[in-house]
Amino acid sequence: MTATETKTGTSKAGTKVMTLLEAITDALRHEMKQDDRVLVFGEDVGKKGGVFGATLGLQDEFGEQRCFDSPLSECGIIGTGIGMALYGMRPVAEIQFLDFIYPAFDQIVSEAAKMRYRSGGEYTCPMVIRSPYGGGIRGGHYHSQSSEAYFCHTPGLKVVIPSTPADAKGLLIASIRDEDPVMFLEPKALYRHAKGEVPLGEHVVPLGKARIARDGTDVTILCYGAMVPVCLAAAETAAQAGRSIEVIDLRTLVPLDEATVLESVKKTGRCVIVYEAPKTCGYGAELSAIVGERCIEYLEGPIVRVAGFDTPFPYTLEHLYMPDQKRVLAGIEKTFVW
Amino acid sequence: MSNDLLTIIDQDGKTQKGKDPGLPKDELQRLYRLMVATRLLDERGLAMQRQGRIGFYLQSTGQEASHLGAAYALADRDWLFPAYRQPGILLLRDISIDKIVSEWLGNSGDTSKGRQMPVHYSFREANFVSISSPIGTQLTHAAGAGMAARIRGDDTVFMTFCGDGGTSSNDFHTGLNFAGVTKAPVVFVCENNGWAISVPQCKQTASESMAIKAQAYGMPGVRVDGNDILAVYRVCKEAVDRARRGDGPTLVETVTYRMASHSSSDDAARYRDATEYEAWKKKDPIARFQLYLKQRKLWDETFEAEVVETAKAKLAEGVKLAEARANLGPESLFDDVFMNLTPQLKAQRQELAELMSKGGVGADVGHFPL
Repeated sequence: MTATETKTGTSKAGTKVMTLLEAITDALRHEMKQDDRVLVFGEDVGKKGGVFGATLGLQDEFGEQRCFDSPLSECGIIGTGIGMALYGMRPVAEIQFLDFIYPAFDQIVSEAAKMRYRSGGEYTCPMVIRSPYGGGIRGGHYHSQSSEAYFCHTPGLKVVIPSTPADAKGLLIASIRDEDPVMFLEPKALYRHAKGEVPLGEHVVPLGKARIARDGTDVTILCYGAMVPVCLAAAETAAQAGRSIEVIDLRTLVPLDEATVLESVKKTGRCVIVYEAPKTCGYGAELSAIVGERCIEYLEGPIVRVAGFDTPFPYTLEHLYMPDQKRVLAGIEKTFVW
Repeated sequence: MSNDLLTIIDQDGKTQKGKDPGLPKDELQRLYRLMVATRLLDERGLAMQRQGRIGFYLQSTGQEASHLGAAYALADRDWLFPAYRQPGILLLRDISIDKIVSEWLGNSGDTSKGRQMPVHYSFREANFVSISSPIGTQLTHAAGAGMAARIRGDDTVFMTFCGDGGTSSNDFHTGLNFAGVTKAPVVFVCENNGWAISVPQCKQTASESMAIKAQAYGMPGVRVDGNDILAVYRVCKEAVDRARRGDGPTLVETVTYRMASHSSSDDAARYRDATEYEAWKKKDPIARFQLYLKQRKLWDETFEAEVVETAKAKLAEGVKLAEARANLGPESLFDDVFMNLTPQLKAQRQELAELMSKGGVGADVGHFPL
């Protein structure tokens, strides 16, 4: 390990059952306690504790200097966050919904992402941009989109998406300690639905390492965020029909754990990629290209993408837009019969 | 009043009674040296572009008083979030010509490792934060850095620059608004040089001035003759002191003129009236300061000759040093995307190295399409 890599590990303080949302608050509290450079800010994160409650209680505990409301401007939240990071702080900015991030796009892709490179390493921007993303809450276009691909396409940004409470805590802590800007996208559909044991105290999950969520031998499913439980359910159904499905939760889209992905696909010979963003040019397109380039000789069937449609995110017909268990199962079958 | 224009040195070099900031004689002469050196640097930059030795250049001719007077009001520990027309600040903060020209060349002596076009400097040793091309983004960074300093209890002051065009950007509104709300210790300097490439100020805003916009953000706005270095210094010193006291940000509008084209790729004659240029030529900031120094018996022909000769000698030496520096190695292409190379970047670096070892790749070097 180099001196610059974040130390990973879990303390022996026991565990507690938490929702994914509670695990995020726990991670923020843990980091604010151990590093006074960590600042939490954004719209409504102070007294209200955020529209979903991710920062609940932090202002009371750490004061208005460490957890504060910003004016209503995403460009300002990210732009001032960059200034704070340049000056040596560890800002954790909340963008209320990923759908509202576009006024800050210039600051993210032209400034935060390029600061280290363009200054020859003289200036860096260690900040975390937290934002709930994705469908499943009947939020229409502007509270549902899954636009991770824009950020994955920008050199200089790391992109992290957890799917379990324990990973949400461990990955968020690793993101805050990272020396580069991290887009930390939270599957809002799982905020209160995902519950699980979360280590208390220190718990760091390294960026760039995927998790094998279910072992299998016939088909590999690559997925992340809110699609992980959908894929696990589909894998369970497929198992009853005699299909052994391996489910890989990518956890970090940038940098991608290619080794785990390729090892799995080489073993199974079949690959289904599941993501809820519009299909065209989504992150799944990149995954498909990597699998095609690197292990075509192992493939027994076509690489199949199960994704959102190339439509704006719908309100009434959300249930048809979002990939569900049935569409994943149909995708699995396509790798056998085409 | 936000629309009054403060001038201290008049066209004849005389000062308004009681307005002279009273700088020591050697400091006045130092400022003059810096203005002359900045202009000579600028002329050399354009000349090297025209000779094909560098790819691009952005001139600051005519704006020497505006940016030098402003930055001179800062303490060394204070930070700058510059735009791209403040090269005199580098000389003020003792950055060598060698390092500046190495940035133009993008060679191994360039602190930003050849990652940006000429004139987009980054000098951490001078608290001079990396310049970007998108307009205005640095205004919000300055506000954020100021917020951080307040949280830490530091008394650092942050000065940031934009042009008249920059006042139309998202970040002008955002940066000033955040700084106003949080009382961030920031001095926003708008160098109003009349032109945003080819668009005149009258098409940029319906406001009577740029300074008046400060009212909307709950901070003082001051309008000053940008070709009068003592006036700019005086106004900015007050703003810096105010910020350091914890009384919040100030917007300073320096009224000046872009004597050159926007960049080496632009030809202002295609859209600007020559009479406007001639009128501003009479207000030249260096000539005006020279008259002032002459009145105070701090300037004569002998001093002038020595100032110019010294600056030219430093320039020649610095250019020579910079041009002798090695080119950047191909491996640096992949550094500094992140602190550590990702597996993907390692693989891409390896792929390029293998192709280069076979020859031919990357041979098409040296064109300057701009």
